[in-house]
Amino acid sequence: MLSKHLHWRYRFRKHLQRGLLYFILFAGAAIMILPFFWMITSSLKAADEITLRTIQWFPKIPQWENYKIAWEAAPFGTYFQNSFTIALAVTFIEVVFSSLAAYAFANFNFFGKNFLFILFLGTMMIPGEVMLIPNYITMVNFGWVDTYQALIIPWTVSVFSIFLLRQFFMSIPRDLFEAALLDGCSKFRYLLTVLLPLSKPALVTVMLFKFIGSWNSFLWVLILTNTPKMRTIPVGLTYFISDVGAYYNYLMAASTFAMAPILVLFLVLQKQFIQGIAHTGLKG
Amino acid sequence: MLKIPLEMKSKRYWYETLEAYCYLLPAFVILGMFNFYPVLKSIYMSLFDWSLLRQQQYFIGVENYQRILSDKVFHQAIRNTVSYVVGYVPFSIGLALIVAVLLNSKIRFRGTLRLAYFLPWVTSSVAISMVWRWIFNQHYGLLNMILANLSKHVNSFVNLISLGNITTVWHFNNPNWLMDPKWTIINLTIIGVWKSMGYNVVIFLAGLQNVPHELYEAAEVDGASRWQSFWKITLPLISPTTFFISIISIIGAFKLFTQIYVLYTGRPGPLNSGMTIVYYVYRKAFEQYHMGYASAAAYVLFGIIFIFTLIQMAVARRRVHYAS
Repeated sequence: MLSKHLHWRYRFRKHLQRGLLYFILFAGAAIMILPFFWMITSSLKAADEITLRTIQWFPKIPQWENYKIAWEAAPFGTYFQNSFTIALAVTFIEVVFSSLAAYAFANFNFFGKNFLFILFLGTMMIPGEVMLIPNYITMVNFGWVDTYQALIIPWTVSVFSIFLLRQFFMSIPRDLFEAALLDGCSKFRYLLTVLLPLSKPALVTVMLFKFIGSWNSFLWVLILTNTPKMRTIPVGLTYFISDVGAYYNYLMAASTFAMAPILVLFLVLQKQFIQGIAHTGLKG
Repeated sequence: MLKIPLEMKSKRYWYETLEAYCYLLPAFVILGMFNFYPVLKSIYMSLFDWSLLRQQQYFIGVENYQRILSDKVFHQAIRNTVSYVVGYVPFSIGLALIVAVLLNSKIRFRGTLRLAYFLPWVTSSVAISMVWRWIFNQHYGLLNMILANLSKHVNSFVNLISLGNITTVWHFNNPNWLMDPKWTIINLTIIGVWKSMGYNVVIFLAGLQNVPHELYEAAEVDGASRWQSFWKITLPLISPTTFFISIISIIGAFKLFTQIYVLYTGRPGPLNSGMTIVYYVYRKAFEQYHMGYASAAAYVLFGIIFIFTLIQMAVARRRVHYAS
């Protein structure tokens, strides 16, 4: 009798704990999602619904033309094109340069290897703000202000990617490398046909990070572009904000389509993404 | 006399060195031009009265540093930045750890929940700061509308249980989040914690999954409560992860700029309440064109981050347990 009573109490406590666990997690998730939800519903509201002083969760009639008005109020087509061009170019060149460098550090034995590796890693310690001003002056001297080169070339190498790829390359058995060389495979062909295909997860991680970083980058683009024809989405958005003022339904529509490509990319590749981040943490 | 290693005499070694340098060349050129060179160049520039608006630059020694250290606005920038770091870092890490530990138990919808927590991290700071500006709006913002409702409910509840003796405990008067300087750092902290949450949760989850499950079972057999096993097992064993996250968070927090620029439309907050060190560098360099002065300020920022990192390393040496 007593044990049965205890058992009941134990089960009750277990259920209570689980209920509480779910409640906290879902409430937290709701808070995380709320700004996105509010952004989307606000973007579909009419002008008089934006200035209501009580919460209205959904618009009475979704105003889809807000998106059209916002899109046409600024050269967003150009901004998108610039963002895509720059992000794709940076990602592609970066993964090539980083793989080459990582290959040298992982598979070669050469003079000054440790020194160079530490020198490379050292740059991760220095905040980018220190380099911002001389780099800007370099761009001015090259006559690169307001060009694609200025927004692409300086970002085509990241020590973080080199480090990540090197770790991955080193986890692939060295016997494979030596066997391939014995069979008369050149070192470059080994990289191209064996190492890179085997390193797909690491390559995807590096590319995702780079693409998102480039898409969202702000300060560098802000100081190096003078005209709308070179601006990217984030910088174009800040100019749109100061032009539009308080029409928050249009501002929210613009915010929505500005983050849409990255959100879609993330939702499609979330597994690779989250695994990639988990790996970077484990190395730390 | 140094002994030359045997391998250095072989022709093959030098051939391999040459090969390796070919692979390293593109990375080395880019890093050289845009990392190594500017690091030295900005030290050099910081010793000059260097303006973009004229050809001739004047050497002035450490005067830039002296002027920065006695500039009241710079003091304010340091105060603001440090109070952001001190508020943001513990909150960000603490909340992420709680969420990660809860997510790490056997539950349903784990993937969906993790996705929800992670979403803010991938979004552009500009677009999302815009959304927060709308939420913080004094009259039509979601935050004040929710707080107004909440205060109404709290007041009527207190009124009810006190049998009408207490009418209002929460005097809600529509705080002006964006215009009142006292909220600036708090606003930025809310956005920062919200945005970085998912990244920290994912890294903590990876760390938690490395804690051997047998340890918890053994602790349970020995009669330890969950609370005890959290403090005695989880926390020490994930300390390397915590250390990694705290380094990343502190460095990120010191670079605060974009959120301020968007939240306050190109101004460092009301009465400079959002003036951070990076904002200060930006203003001096790209609004006033004092390149030498701004370089010196950037180096002061580097010095501060460096000191913080050294302190953390010293703490870590005593507190972080690496599994052998």
